[in-house]
Amino acid sequence: MKFTEQHKKLERNVTLLAVFAFIAVAIGGAVEIAPLFWIDNTIEKVQGMRPYTPLEQAGRDIYVREGCYVCHSQMIRPFRDETERYGHYSLAAESMYDHPFQWGSKRTGPDLARVGGRYSDAWHVQHLRDPRSVVPESVMPTYKFLAETDLDLTDGSAKLQALRDVGVPYSKKDIAQAVLDMKAQADPMADAADLMKRYPKAQQRDFDGNPSRLTEMDALVAYLQVLGTLVDVNAAAAQEDLAKETGR
Amino acid sequence: MANKRIDEATGTQTVGHEWDGIEELDTPMPRWWLWTFYITIVFAVGYVIAYPAVPMFHKGTEGVLGWSSRGQLAHEMDEHQAALKPMLAAIGAVPVEKLPDNTALMRAAVTGGRAAFKVNCVQCHGAGAAGSKGYPNLNDDDWLWGGDLKAIEYTITHGARQPGDAQTHQSQMPAFGTGILTSAQIDQVASHVLSLSGKARDNAAGAQLFAQNCAVCHGAAGTGNRTVGAPNLADAIWLYGGTRDDIAAQVTNPRHGAMPAWGGRLDPVTIKMLAAYVHSLGGGEDFVEVAPAAKTDAAP
Repeated sequence: MKFTEQHKKLERNVTLLAVFAFIAVAIGGAVEIAPLFWIDNTIEKVQGMRPYTPLEQAGRDIYVREGCYVCHSQMIRPFRDETERYGHYSLAAESMYDHPFQWGSKRTGPDLARVGGRYSDAWHVQHLRDPRSVVPESVMPTYKFLAETDLDLTDGSAKLQALRDVGVPYSKKDIAQAVLDMKAQADPMADAADLMKRYPKAQQRDFDGNPSRLTEMDALVAYLQVLGTLVDVNAAAAQEDLAKETGR
Repeated sequence: MANKRIDEATGTQTVGHEWDGIEELDTPMPRWWLWTFYITIVFAVGYVIAYPAVPMFHKGTEGVLGWSSRGQLAHEMDEHQAALKPMLAAIGAVPVEKLPDNTALMRAAVTGGRAAFKVNCVQCHGAGAAGSKGYPNLNDDDWLWGGDLKAIEYTITHGARQPGDAQTHQSQMPAFGTGILTSAQIDQVASHVLSLSGKARDNAAGAQLFAQNCAVCHGAAGTGNRTVGAPNLADAIWLYGGTRDDIAAQVTNPRHGAMPAWGGRLDPVTIKMLAAYVHSLGGGEDFVEVAPAAKTDAAP
């Protein structure tokens, strides 16, 4: 029988068509996806990445809850216009502890991958309360309520445990201490030596300018201020490693 | 398949199905379309050979052209910088306070600084550098931490009250409303501060309170002190508003502005160009070399 005649059989039998279509798609998927699990440059090795502190993670949850990703990407692409505006292009390792990652693709607002340290805490608070008071042409909604909403601490440990279950290396102590860590990071008077040891480069201060309360604003600003600050991409070693990587 | 036949009207073969007398022509693909399709297949083979494509054990094939997105970026940056490099190197070689000696260099630095300002500074200081409440206006000649090129460069590099930078500008005004002064006294001080710029009449009580509490940083005449970032209160330029209420609020529980340190974020040449641009906006002051030896000689 000719090939076209055999193909006609496939076209007329819906079960057979489904089976063969699945096989065809599975081959494509295997070829495209499977190698990412073994080739070395899927996630380049960099120094300095650590999981988010519980407070930063809480801020990240607010970021996702409020849908910030709808307008803000966190992925500086290796283009001249983006690197000149936002800084060094993003590395895969920089979002390795993000579940899910916030790369995004809608860029109504600026990219936030390296926004940490770019503005003062007070600027962030004012900008989130009333974006147009600092950027007149902004179309961002106001998030005034964040400063007036106490941060929900009830499931601090559970959130970290959930992330640990999908591979984020939080220690047992990190999980047990989650709520204490949150309070300590937002309180400039607290003893945070232990927190700093477990989360290097963590920033400890009152983020929202209201020391009497731990608000959602504290958490969100803490998260924004850590973005892109953990890996020193301009360090000589990192540059050399990246220069050697071809084929991407 | 038995009913395949040549359609008389078109001369094209039918596919052989027939539904109530309706038949379907088996019209072949247009030639141009078919050939375009074949060419894309050939193109794909060439593309896979030339560019990174096939994943292997440790990394993907690199392609015979050796192209990578990161390599292309580096190439584009080099290409763009090639024309600028001599000028950037020249700016980098000159101490910032000596830039005005070379008019061409200064002009280039101001232009480069304007571009960098639009990217990094406008979010706080505004597109025209006019600032807003809490964010200093850079067009005027009222400087918190000094307005000569070197001072501006230092402020941009280390910021103000920037956590994590040991050399950042630090100062903190006490909250006089928390047990130091009564609200009536704060009102008197606010009146005195307003009188410094002619907005209110003198009051002896306010002047005395000012001398006791404020003069140590802001100076006896309220003209400020740049080493501690104490603003000039006598010039009618206000960072947090110039009404009596604004001033009383600032005395009661002061707000303190913070500026990020750009030293680790921008390269030194860009910071130098930014300093030149900010200096050129109108309020830039001449740099005065303070010779330590001459200073001790002059002391009695």
